[in-house]
Amino acid sequence: MTEHDHDHAGGHGSELSAVQLRVRALETVLTEKGYVDPAALDAIVETYETKVGPHIGAQVVAKAWVDPDFKRALLADASQATGTLQLANPAGDHLVAVENTPSQHNMVVCTLCSCYPWDMLGLPPVWYKSAPYRSRAVKDPRGVLADFGVTLPPSTAIRIWDSTAETRFIVIPMRPAGTEGWSEERLAALVTRDSMIGTGLAKSPADLD
Amino acid sequence: MDGMHDLGGMDGFGRVEAEPGEPVFHALWEGRVMAMQRAMMFAGGWNIDMLRYAQERLPPRVYLGASYYERWLLATESSVVERGCVTADDLAAGHALRPGKALARKLTAAMVAGGLVRGGYSRPAPRPAHFAPGDRVRAKNIHPPTHTRLPRYARGRVGTVERVHGCHVFPDTAAIDRGEDPQWLYTVRFEGPELWGPDSDPTVSVSIEAFEPYLEPAPEHA
Repeated sequence: MTEHDHDHAGGHGSELSAVQLRVRALETVLTEKGYVDPAALDAIVETYETKVGPHIGAQVVAKAWVDPDFKRALLADASQATGTLQLANPAGDHLVAVENTPSQHNMVVCTLCSCYPWDMLGLPPVWYKSAPYRSRAVKDPRGVLADFGVTLPPSTAIRIWDSTAETRFIVIPMRPAGTEGWSEERLAALVTRDSMIGTGLAKSPADLD
Repeated sequence: MDGMHDLGGMDGFGRVEAEPGEPVFHALWEGRVMAMQRAMMFAGGWNIDMLRYAQERLPPRVYLGASYYERWLLATESSVVERGCVTADDLAAGHALRPGKALARKLTAAMVAGGLVRGGYSRPAPRPAHFAPGDRVRAKNIHPPTHTRLPRYARGRVGTVERVHGCHVFPDTAAIDRGEDPQWLYTVRFEGPELWGPDSDPTVSVSIEAFEPYLEPAPEHA
C-alpha cells in the first residue's frame, strides 16, 4: 500500500517526497519494533475517511430538534444522551452540547491545539487547527463569523468555548423556519459541520433546492 | 509553557480561510502519521498530554511554519526517541536496528473495527470540589515552564464558575511523568471586556476548562 503514495506535483515533488520518506521510515521502524500493525493503521485511516464524520452530529442535532425530551437530556449530559442512539461510531465521554438561541450564539475553539469533538464531527478541518481561527475566535468572533459570511444581530451575545481540557463541545444550531413536520433524516441534511462548530448556521429549506 | 502554541488573542494571522470540499487528508502520509500517533498512544508509548507537550516544544518558527500533520510527524519522531521506543539511528536507517521494548498493548485492525472512541479522563475524586457554580474565581498568574492548559489570555482574569465536571487526569503532571494527580475540572466564563479591555465587544464572553490548581477565589464584586 505504501508503494503507491508518491505524489510528484511539479516543483513541489521533492519536498513532498522528503516528508513521505520520513513517514515511511517511521512506519517501518515502528512496525519492525513490534509497536504498530500496519493493518490497524489502514483501519484507522479508513475509519476517519469513511465512518466518522459530521453526519453523526447532524443525526444528534436533528433528533434534538424533533424530540424535546432528548434535547433536555442532551443539554444535561450529552455523552449519556448520545450513548442511547445508534451511531456510526461510539460517542465519547466529556461531551457537552450547547444550544444556539436568538439571544446567544455559541462557537467552539481550541486555542492551544486542535481539540475537537471528532466523535460527532469527524476530524477537524485545517482552518480549525490553524493560527487565524485559534487566535481570533476568542477575541473577534464577529470578525471570524464575517470570514464565514455570517452576520448576527448586534444584540446576539456570542459565547466562545475554549476546549482547554478533555471536555468536547458540540453546538446545536437553531432549527430553520419552514421545516415543520420534517423527518429527522430530512432535517439532518440541513445541519452543516460548521453549524455544529458555531462558524455557520444550519441550512434553510431553500438552500437544499 | 509560554509557547508559540498559546495563540488565543494574538493578532496578525489574517482571515480564516476554509477550503471548500476539503479532504480528510491532503496526502496519504498525513493519514499514516495520524494513525501511528493513535496506535502508539494506545500501545502506551505516551499519553495525550505528552503528545501535546511534544508539539509545544517545537521551536516557534517550526511550530508556525509546519503544517498540522508535519507538526504531528515532528512530535512523533521526537516522542519515540524521548520515550526510548526508538533511537535516532533507527529513524535515520529507516529500519529497526535492534528489537523494540515491551509496550503495554498493540492496536489491531479488529479492535479498530469495533469503533474508535475518544479517551475517558475521569478519575475518582480524591477530595471535595473547592468551587461551585456561581463562584467568582481568578485564574492564577502562573507560568509553568512545562505543559499547562491555562492559556495566557486568561491568567490573572476574574470569571465565574459555570459547571463542575468532576475530577480529570491533570495534564500538567501527566505530561511530564509526574502521574495523573486527578484535579477538579470547571467551566469558567469570562466576560469579553475582562479579557480584552473596556473597548472590546461587550457581547462576547469566553469560557475555558480550568483545573482547580489554576484557580483561586475572587471577591464577589471583582
